[in-house]
Amino acid sequence: MSSVASLKAVEVVYPGRGQALGPFDLALAEGEIVSLVGPSGCGKSTALRLLAGLEGPTRGEVRRAAGRGETSVVFQSPTLAPWLSATANVALPLELSGVARQEARASAKAALGRVGLAAAVDARPAQLSGGMAMRASLARALVTGPKLLLLDEPFAALDEITRRALADDLLAIWREARPAIVFVTHNVEEAVYMASRVIVMSPGPGRSAGETVIDAPVPRPHGFRTTALFRNAAEEISERLASATRAAA
Amino acid sequence: MNRLGFLAPTALIGAILVVWQVACAVLHTPEYLLPPPTAIASALAHNAPKLALSAWRTLAMALEALVAASVFAGLLALMVTLSRTLDQAVRPLAVALQVTPVVAIAPLFVIWAGVDHPDRAIIALAAIVAFFPIFSGTVRGLTSADPDLERLFDLYGARPLQRLTRLRLPSALPFIVEGHKVASGLAIIGAVVAEFVAGSGGAEGLAWRILEAGNRLRTAEMFAAIVTLALMAAVVHVLFQALEKRALVWWRGR
Repeated sequence: MSSVASLKAVEVVYPGRGQALGPFDLALAEGEIVSLVGPSGCGKSTALRLLAGLEGPTRGEVRRAAGRGETSVVFQSPTLAPWLSATANVALPLELSGVARQEARASAKAALGRVGLAAAVDARPAQLSGGMAMRASLARALVTGPKLLLLDEPFAALDEITRRALADDLLAIWREARPAIVFVTHNVEEAVYMASRVIVMSPGPGRSAGETVIDAPVPRPHGFRTTALFRNAAEEISERLASATRAAA
Repeated sequence: MNRLGFLAPTALIGAILVVWQVACAVLHTPEYLLPPPTAIASALAHNAPKLALSAWRTLAMALEALVAASVFAGLLALMVTLSRTLDQAVRPLAVALQVTPVVAIAPLFVIWAGVDHPDRAIIALAAIVAFFPIFSGTVRGLTSADPDLERLFDLYGARPLQRLTRLRLPSALPFIVEGHKVASGLAIIGAVVAEFVAGSGGAEGLAWRILEAGNRLRTAEMFAAIVTLALMAAVVHVLFQALEKRALVWWRGR
């Protein structure tokens, strides 16, 4: 399989704040889901912004899916425009790239339907719960049919039941369109549940502290969290994370 | 508003009026010094048409000033947010204009407007006072869009005009509305202050009524004009507050 995007020996240095990332390597195969897990300040969000093209590396090479709508980002907060309906929010990326309003809105409604928000197409963000707003944000990321979906701790602000439901829905959506996904989180179990590959990052500056392959079907079978495979992977990653954090401290 | 929210201030005002009335009667204060509330009420009733017309004159000038300030402040705010150099050039001037008391520059404007058109000076002065809250509110609003939404607009490859009309202007709306609310109150104050300085001439606003009554020692009429002014300003304030509330409900969707 060819790669959708990659970071080659990238380093990011912020003037006055020192080196935030690198050298760091990451290659994403088509349709692959990779979790980046690590403590805050380990550069995982920086790596995501490089892949999104929202900032450039100080050194190294970034290759990314740079076509219009080929890369989508979901932030930790839903980041919806309060003055627009859910449909208008989701239609925004299409309308900005010149798709006719009516067509864009129709696609937006379909995308909202895919994330389970068919009944809330006219709702404003303020009328949505946290989980629903995040679903709308996800619909906006999916509406352009991206090849690469970048998720920056998207479930961090949600309660446990909502985040589990969203995780399953996200994997079900993934199975239809199969975008490559980079899932940034600081939650080890979530990282294991979501990804086929979990990369642990250590801080100061952010580097890879090793990776774990999760060889299990997607979407996850019922009771996946209680399997030995899940437990062992989570344990391995937790230990790696602990030693990486200790080494940095 | 709840019942107490209405009753409490009404009771307080009633109590003040009663004490005032009784004090005037007991102490035999001369009416030119402190007229009792009943005398003010009768002055209000007798001069009602004249006061209403004056109130309308002042209000009309304040509103014209508000419109002028809105247009200029809005355009300048837009230009300033598009050009950093212009921002740096304009800021000190805008601040200087804001901190200079309107009374101090009023005589200049009266000279420029000429004796025959004191209303022009009054409108210009009120507009200067109303300018700053609209300007600073709009600038703040235009630069306060959600940074993550700004990033998404980068990612979507939005053109500058799209970013302005679909992100920055809508994000700025609450700030712009609040600026106008503050400016509406200031425009009335500005108009009244300017009327005082402009003196008689052709102006017949509320300030002129106050001056005229004062010159003749008709203190009850003075009070009547002040009460009218306070009522008018309060009504404008309430209207703009309601407008702001409605705008925010529309903006937030609830």
